Amino acid sequence: MSAATNHAATASAPAHGGRASRPQRLRDGAAAPLLAALGLAAFWLFPDDLGLMTRILTAALYVLSLDLVLGYAGIATLGQAAMFGTGAYAAGIAAVHLVADPLVLLAVGGVAGGLIALATGTLILRGRGLTLLMLTIAVAQIVQEVANKARDLTGGSDGLSGIDPGPLLGLFRFDMYGRTSYLFALAVLLAGFLVARRIVRSPFGLACRGVREDPVRVAALGGSPKRLLVAMYAVAGVFAGVAGALSAVTSGIVGLDSLGFSWSAEALVMLVLGGTGRLWGAILGTVAFMTVHHLLAATDPFHWMLFIGLFLMGTVLFLPGGLASLADRFTRGDRP
Amino acid sequence: METLFGIAVDGVAYGMILFIISVGLSVTLGLMRVVNLAHGAFAMVAGYVASFAAQGLGLPYAAALAGAVLLTVVATLPLERLLYRRIYGQANELAQVLLTIGLTFVIVAGINYLFGPTLKRIPLPEPLQGTLALGPKAIPTHRAFVIAVGVATILALWWLLERTDFGIRLRAAVDDPDMAAALGIRTERLYAATFALGTGLAALGGVLGAELLPLEPYYAIRYIVLFLAVVAVGGAGSIAGSAAAALALGVVDTAGKYLIPNFGEFFFYATLILILFRWPHGFFRGRAA
Repeated sequence: MSAATNHAATASAPAHGGRASRPQRLRDGAAAPLLAALGLAAFWLFPDDLGLMTRILTAALYVLSLDLVLGYAGIATLGQAAMFGTGAYAAGIAAVHLVADPLVLLAVGGVAGGLIALATGTLILRGRGLTLLMLTIAVAQIVQEVANKARDLTGGSDGLSGIDPGPLLGLFRFDMYGRTSYLFALAVLLAGFLVARRIVRSPFGLACRGVREDPVRVAALGGSPKRLLVAMYAVAGVFAGVAGALSAVTSGIVGLDSLGFSWSAEALVMLVLGGTGRLWGAILGTVAFMTVHHLLAATDPFHWMLFIGLFLMGTVLFLPGGLASLADRFTRGDRP
Repeated sequence: METLFGIAVDGVAYGMILFIISVGLSVTLGLMRVVNLAHGAFAMVAGYVASFAAQGLGLPYAAALAGAVLLTVVATLPLERLLYRRIYGQANELAQVLLTIGLTFVIVAGINYLFGPTLKRIPLPEPLQGTLALGPKAIPTHRAFVIAVGVATILALWWLLERTDFGIRLRAAVDDPDMAAALGIRTERLYAATFALGTGLAALGGVLGAELLPLEPYYAIRYIVLFLAVVAVGGAGSIAGSAAAALALGVVDTAGKYLIPNFGEFFFYATLILILFRWPHGFFRGRAA
């Protein structure tokens, strides 16, 4: 970030960072019920696509975690899949060997994702720009390589299967139509959305946004930019880990691609399509991306690449704020 | 001993290819501050053009090489004008990454549409096949050729940047673009020329390295991480840094693949992390950093 853009960003920051304005509060109140209503409507309208829609919800939680890192703390990362995959494998292994309760499995995934983010974040977050980007890629590649080699635990390139979670809350079995899975994923995403919103509005979240805008000023005010970044990285790691665990629980399988570079890159694409720094932008982007992907990739993966490539270029050139900015016309002006 | 020699030759040749491609990226990153993820796609396009020229049109290797480099440069210059010029500068890192990833996807899809998903080869001419006796040892002629071209590229770039008028203007613009513009240097033209230089180097490396980095549509995505790693380790905008980084990573990667094939990737990325730890700005702190 250059000095000039920082000024532009800080100048317009109060409109977003301070007390919520009246229309914003209205929108806030509506966001969660709207999400729930749309999710339930989709449940009734497309009963045959519950598998796909469950994957979308899981991915949305994962992209939400990337939004916390990138949109709110300004950490450019291409390695978010490391946290997602670690959470997925931790939950999967726990499900095979130890416990069956889905909520405990989510917790296991969240803790695993948070721990790996904390450990690697402490190491790599001193870098900046391209160096940091490369470090995040390298970390994710190493985690993937370890998962590939630890065949006995993870199943290696065959993937980890045999995850059979018990009934949710001891009441709802995971049925073969994926109804329980879908509703469970929807509930987890809603909860994640609300918690994430709480976090980004907290003093901690605002401090992280301060680091994104101007780390030097935060340091001058007595904050510790690196500690804030590591903390936010770990928090987002918990979200990504829970998302990974959710995918393990609902799909019953964990593959090496859950740690892959392309999964990290796709998250970035989804987030930017939706709009960074807006939590529901992450969800919007994921839904748009995964739906179009499903429709186009079914015919030919290269059609999909052409489409997403053109779409990405179009977004950057003509719609820098992402899809969310279409509705949300109060642009911040820090993305020229 | 035989293995060590093989690793050294293959590693250095591989490193030279990495250098030729990556230094183009390093120069554009150093001057325009643009993280160009489509750089690998440009190298791939040149490889495909050369392959088509050699196999489809029956041109000799040298003509195919020159034609591919020229054509790639000419074809990408409008992109500089239309797309890249909008995203120059450090503040647009995310926009750069996304725009160039999008461009890469489009090129990958286009290449697949035109040439199909199968592996393409650029047949080597008679003189580059076989081996070259070097005292008691013999090394494949193609590897020797690649190493020679790599060394020539290093020298030519050094001469271009340190000894010519263009180099002086370029270095001035890297250090302070606004001041350079105020002094009458046409930075826009300079940017276009530098972009062409970077693309040309990518094209050269893509054609020469077709034996080591096989040509298929996912080339552009598969190897870009490698090229970025070289730039990050070498330091943006530094030629010596790029060369050192490319050779180091090339040898490490080759050694990893020969000696511990099961942990090849692991070795490479672990080295990358260690190096970036020790030198967070690259071996040679780049001009841009």
